[in-house]
Amino acid sequence: MSEYLKPLPKPTPISRPFWEAARRHELMLQRCAACGAFIHYPRPRCPNCFSERLEWRRASGRGSVYSYTVVRRASSRAFADAPYVLAIVELAEGPRMTTNIVAPPDQVRIGTPVEVCFDDVTPEHTLVKFKPA
Amino acid sequence: MSLKGQAAAIGIGELKPIKEPGDLSALALMGTVAAEAIADTGLDKRDIDGFLVGVPFSDPGMIYPGVAAEVMGINPRMLNQVDIGGASAAGMIWRAAAAIHAGMCNAVLCLMADVNKVGDQRMPTVSVQREFELPYGNIGANCGYAMIAHRHMHEYGTTARQMAKVAVDQRRSALKNPLATFNDRPLTIDEVLNSRMIVDPLHLYEIVSPVSGGAAVVVASAEIARRAKHPPVWILGAGEYSNHSTITYAPSLTTSPIAPAAEAAFAMAGLKPADMDFVCPYDCYTITVIVTLEDAGFCKKGQGGPFVMEHDLGYDGDFPCNTHGGQLSFGQAGLAGGMSHVTEAIRQLMGRGEGRQVRNAALGYVNGNGGIMSEQVSLILERRS
Repeated sequence: MSEYLKPLPKPTPISRPFWEAARRHELMLQRCAACGAFIHYPRPRCPNCFSERLEWRRASGRGSVYSYTVVRRASSRAFADAPYVLAIVELAEGPRMTTNIVAPPDQVRIGTPVEVCFDDVTPEHTLVKFKPA
Repeated sequence: MSLKGQAAAIGIGELKPIKEPGDLSALALMGTVAAEAIADTGLDKRDIDGFLVGVPFSDPGMIYPGVAAEVMGINPRMLNQVDIGGASAAGMIWRAAAAIHAGMCNAVLCLMADVNKVGDQRMPTVSVQREFELPYGNIGANCGYAMIAHRHMHEYGTTARQMAKVAVDQRRSALKNPLATFNDRPLTIDEVLNSRMIVDPLHLYEIVSPVSGGAAVVVASAEIARRAKHPPVWILGAGEYSNHSTITYAPSLTTSPIAPAAEAAFAMAGLKPADMDFVCPYDCYTITVIVTLEDAGFCKKGQGGPFVMEHDLGYDGDFPCNTHGGQLSFGQAGLAGGMSHVTEAIRQLMGRGEGRQVRNAALGYVNGNGGIMSEQVSLILERRS
């Protein structure tokens, strides 16, 4: 297996549960116990009501493509394997997430229903991606 | 107490963008444009008592305003950096007016320059971008604007031809601008659409070209403005707003934070979009102009595409827009790119538009846009007859 050259996430104390769940192939989201809002990316406080009573909840893993682009040429050599589909997925729980759609570009449209999939890019790192449902 | 009419832009300096910067540094470019802007006012360097600077991507430095002021031998009563991306230039203009209005200083040098060097970027080692964007290949600004464009096409039926028209009309003005990077030949809509697809749906000619360069503006009190070399350009209105950093987490991809910024600026000026003789909206991409014209109120939401088709955006057209060619034809010198819209508006209002002068230009709208439609600054500028 060749070396993985793309940027990897460096979890912080706040985001670590998200990435640890991804390694277990689970999608976890923060949920505010005060106002009920689901939150992504992980924050120190609820960006809606500013409560610090945040809990981790398992998410459905379902959503739809809110918007996307097919990157034909990336400005970073690490992504020389372009084209790839970069997307904003709107999760069933509400928050939006930057991700990749693991599908040929011509199968992706705005509104395409998607479900989560997990890409174990290194033994320590799993990225949260989506594929057409 | 409003800023309306309290201070004026009285001098500008601007470099022709440089393709191959060699050993040039941002500080060297800053010195060149600062000297040019000060000479343009008729003031002496010792009269400059306020200093706002953008921290170059190529030279992040520590406590940068003091460093740059010392290099140039300026002793400011107010110094600061403005760090709101492409909105920094427009943001400097009202901050300078505010400092003058507050009595803190009388003549503020607003300065931006940058050198385009690959791999020499100001990039923190730990950030939300690093953790949740870069691993998926959301690199730079291209992807975010491409996703805005796709969503705009989806919601409003905006077409690729409509977006391309922005680049085509602005190029026609660039042909009359000796400073523009791309001023040697006109563009057609088909040429834009046949240029390489970089990030769907944006083609190469819809994306700014990185260059090296810089620009400076001197903003001064009414008292100083009255004895300046050129007709003063008064700051009549200003507004600023932001509601996200990364576009993924914005309330909307297609309705930007420009609306509250523009509303505030027009309200301060007591004017409306239809009163403007020309506009200088930030144009990192073609879609940026369409969204700006909608959100600033020049047309209805969603109608930006048809609007740019129905109007001639050239300097001699019925809706002059980015008469310097926009950054799309002028080139984008890092954070200094945003200053080109401010300097062009000032030039037009001073009557120094040369071959691309807008006839009877008395009122202009400028928008500065940071990040991925995130930080917004709108300005209303006036030449008094």
